[in-house]
Amino acid sequence: MTPSLQRHLNILDFALSSLWRRKGKNLSLLAVYTLIIFIIASIVFFTQALKREAGLVLQDAPDLVVQRMVAGRHDPIPVSYATAIAAIRGVSEVTPRYWGYYYDPVTGANFTLVAADDPQLKPEAIAIGSGVARTSRISIGDFLPLKDLKGSPVLFSVQKIFPSASELVAADLIQLRQEDFLRLFDFPSGRATDLAVSAGNPAELETIAAKIVHDFPDTRPILKSEMLRTYDSVFDWRSGLVLVVLAVAVLSFIIFAWDKATGLSAEEKKEIGILKSIGWETTDVLLLKSFEGIVISLSAFLAGVSLGYLHVFFFSVSLFEHALKGWSVLYPEFKLTPVIDPYLICLLFLLSVGPYIAATVVPSWLAATVDPDAAMRS
Amino acid sequence: MIMHPGVLALITGSLLTSAMILYAGWYGVRILRNWDLSSGSELQLALEKRTYLISTLLSYALGFELVSLFLFVFTADRLHLLFSGAMCAAGTLNANGFGYPLLILKLVNFLFAGIWLIVNHADNQGYDYPLIRFKYLLLVPLVPWSLLEFSYLFAYFSGLHADVITSCCGSLFSLERPGIAGDLVSLPVKPMRLAFFGTLGATLASGLFSWRSGKGFYPFSILSLATLLVSLASLVSFLCLYIYQLPSHHCPFCILQGEYHYLGYPIYATLLGGGLAGMGTGFLHPWRRRGSLQLVIPKLQRRLAGVAISLFALFLVIAAYQMVFSPFRLGE
Amino acid sequence: MIEVIEVSKSFNVGKVNQFDAVSRVSCRIMPGELTILKGPSGSGKTTLMTLIGCMARPSSGRIVLSGIGAGSLFGQDPDAAIEITSLPERFLTGIRRSAFGFIFQQFNLVRGISVLENVMLPAYPTGVNHKVLRERALTLLETFNIARHAQAQVGLLSGGEMQRVAIARALINDPSVIIADEPTAHLDSRLSREFMALVEGFKKGGKTVLIASHDPIVYDSSLADQVVEMRDGALVDGSLP
Repeated sequence: MTPSLQRHLNILDFALSSLWRRKGKNLSLLAVYTLIIFIIASIVFFTQALKREAGLVLQDAPDLVVQRMVAGRHDPIPVSYATAIAAIRGVSEVTPRYWGYYYDPVTGANFTLVAADDPQLKPEAIAIGSGVARTSRISIGDFLPLKDLKGSPVLFSVQKIFPSASELVAADLIQLRQEDFLRLFDFPSGRATDLAVSAGNPAELETIAAKIVHDFPDTRPILKSEMLRTYDSVFDWRSGLVLVVLAVAVLSFIIFAWDKATGLSAEEKKEIGILKSIGWETTDVLLLKSFEGIVISLSAFLAGVSLGYLHVFFFSVSLFEHALKGWSVLYPEFKLTPVIDPYLICLLFLLSVGPYIAATVVPSWLAATVDPDAAMRS
Repeated sequence: MIMHPGVLALITGSLLTSAMILYAGWYGVRILRNWDLSSGSELQLALEKRTYLISTLLSYALGFELVSLFLFVFTADRLHLLFSGAMCAAGTLNANGFGYPLLILKLVNFLFAGIWLIVNHADNQGYDYPLIRFKYLLLVPLVPWSLLEFSYLFAYFSGLHADVITSCCGSLFSLERPGIAGDLVSLPVKPMRLAFFGTLGATLASGLFSWRSGKGFYPFSILSLATLLVSLASLVSFLCLYIYQLPSHHCPFCILQGEYHYLGYPIYATLLGGGLAGMGTGFLHPWRRRGSLQLVIPKLQRRLAGVAISLFALFLVIAAYQMVFSPFRLGE
Repeated sequence: MIEVIEVSKSFNVGKVNQFDAVSRVSCRIMPGELTILKGPSGSGKTTLMTLIGCMARPSSGRIVLSGIGAGSLFGQDPDAAIEITSLPERFLTGIRRSAFGFIFQQFNLVRGISVLENVMLPAYPTGVNHKVLRERALTLLETFNIARHAQAQVGLLSGGEMQRVAIARALINDPSVIIADEPTAHLDSRLSREFMALVEGFKKGGKTVLIASHDPIVYDSSLADQVVEMRDGALVDGSLP
């Protein structure tokens, strides 16, 4: 082993024993540090997972949706538009979609009602998401009353409950037949909620969208890629905002770490003085201090990130689900698919270890440049 | 401004690094003005203590530049979803005018900090601070560069708006587009290949010569820089095509992805490391006869030359392997 | 040989509280001899020793070391004369580590770690293999008859034992010069005489010894080859032979 490597090992050895000697102080530092990394990691992992889930939702979404706008508001679109749009070059299929929201005063929840073309669904029967089943306390074979426009209840029998794997997506979903949907809401005839358009070649979607706006100025085509982008930036924006708020926490941690590092105890100062007097050089003490910092920040990082990972993927973000999701009463109980993303790990490392290094570099240097003869004068 | 955690990390990191370098530069100037080794005055002793802080700060800054170079490209890659038309990092970087200059700034600062640390390492071996003036003069230009990098970073990210239509890397690095990127692509492959193997060969030969004889470090360091630049151009111009096995995909960033076996990492690591070590030999050369460094510098130069030629050779092997064993053939 | 030429050390220069700890001191310390720095506390003995022992740099004057094996750090003959007056800290430390062993008045042991680790501590940065170092430290502890306390915490030792640990620590890098600052200040007269017996052993081993003391057991000892007296930062006239 080369002397240089052995020197590092010797000093690392001493750094570990020094840390252990001051357990109380170092463990409290470690705990605070871990907590902060844990929170940051939870946010970052959670946003990432939500983006993934949103991506999965949109995977089945149509490439292009056409809505009708009246006075800047979304309005049912005439089904007759479908024929005209289908005639545009490149369009392979146009499907009218019927869906809407239903506010349930009993549970205080908002359900999403979708007309399905599932031929297995019987008349006056529904398929529901597990969130609906949970909040209304119903299971297969039970009846769910929904009020129609005039206020008289219509009974629907529950024919199917969606598996909870797709909870985030389908928690508040109620599927019913198209004629039931139209009747329940007394939907204007010849109208649909919107039109789903698919194209043979996805590259032509933008051209098709432009053509639709040109032919029907009262419509708004929405591309799937635009939706993805919007989701992405909304999620990023939200987590970014939370992180900015957290920056305050990080800042106070920096001050805390700085304080811990500069406010070296008299004993610690004396110890460094002794080391310097018996032949340690400034570089050696700096190395000692940086080893101490590395050990602390690496353990805090590993502990914080692992805890954050468990929190998000195995405990469903139980600590701050409401802050991040802002969901309705029908809060889905779901497990996110665990993914390890090296990029995020790297990012978290930089976000957590960087400020710590920056906070401790000057104090360590101050400690390391104690005059070696100081120990002789005490 | 896009509130992506990666963006926040980059901005925070860059802000901290710039602050560190500014601080180091401030004391660098004080050292330049007041340094007097023969004096045992308290000011001199305090300045000597400062040198430890400055070299620590610079090594952290170098570390951050290296990490953030990759983090930047990766964040850009993650953000491409936000820009219609952008298909990878190349498109995101092109979303406004600051992206590519920023990348170049980062590269320059990385080389700067690396060379400074090499000179610092040599200086620390001398018992009379032989390179102290040179070292701190070298530090002075690093300050505005790093501040510039931070302002570009800030300008770049605050100028990103999720809806800007950008070209994807397919069209950015394709023949029709004017500008540097387009110019790199349109470089004729045959002469480019010649230049690539030519500079790399010349550098290896000159490095071997320097390593054995302890002479010729100026040409070697210039050749190292040339190899770095020519190789980067060649990556865009033709090397990537072999890796992607596509005749029109010139993007130099996608090779960092798992689909291409993370080949970009060894490629950039060997190139940057080799370029840095090779250039370092030249910066040390003027001082090889300084009394206290007479024995140190030649040894250090040979070691750096050794590192540089091994890294360049490794790079050559990777590149040649891709060209020979890729089923893809460039139409001549 | 250690040559001190017109050496001064001042603190807070140019301020109202300027303090000249050592002013224009010249003396010679011969190899293999025991030199005693005598004088009341505050006379500048400790400061002079920190300057000779490469712990601090003089404000003016020169100190030249020769024949102590430090030349190899500079690519010269190991025993070449080296002027230490304006060396960077890393070189001063290098010389100090290899050539000087220090014994402090307060012992300056690190609390909370074992006796053995305390003895090994000065050699950590030299990159000696941990096992080799351990053996070396144990041998030294045996020499001073405290090997049975090797694993004990230093806080539990008696004053005499602590000093022997401090001596063992001073010898871990096999220095050619031993510097001791008021080594008997915390010892009773029996232990003080025992300490002088150890000093005799150092001399026999060919080491140069420099002791600052105002204890008559030390400065009246027949072992002393040279006694230098200091007062108010300067040598008392005629104290040099």
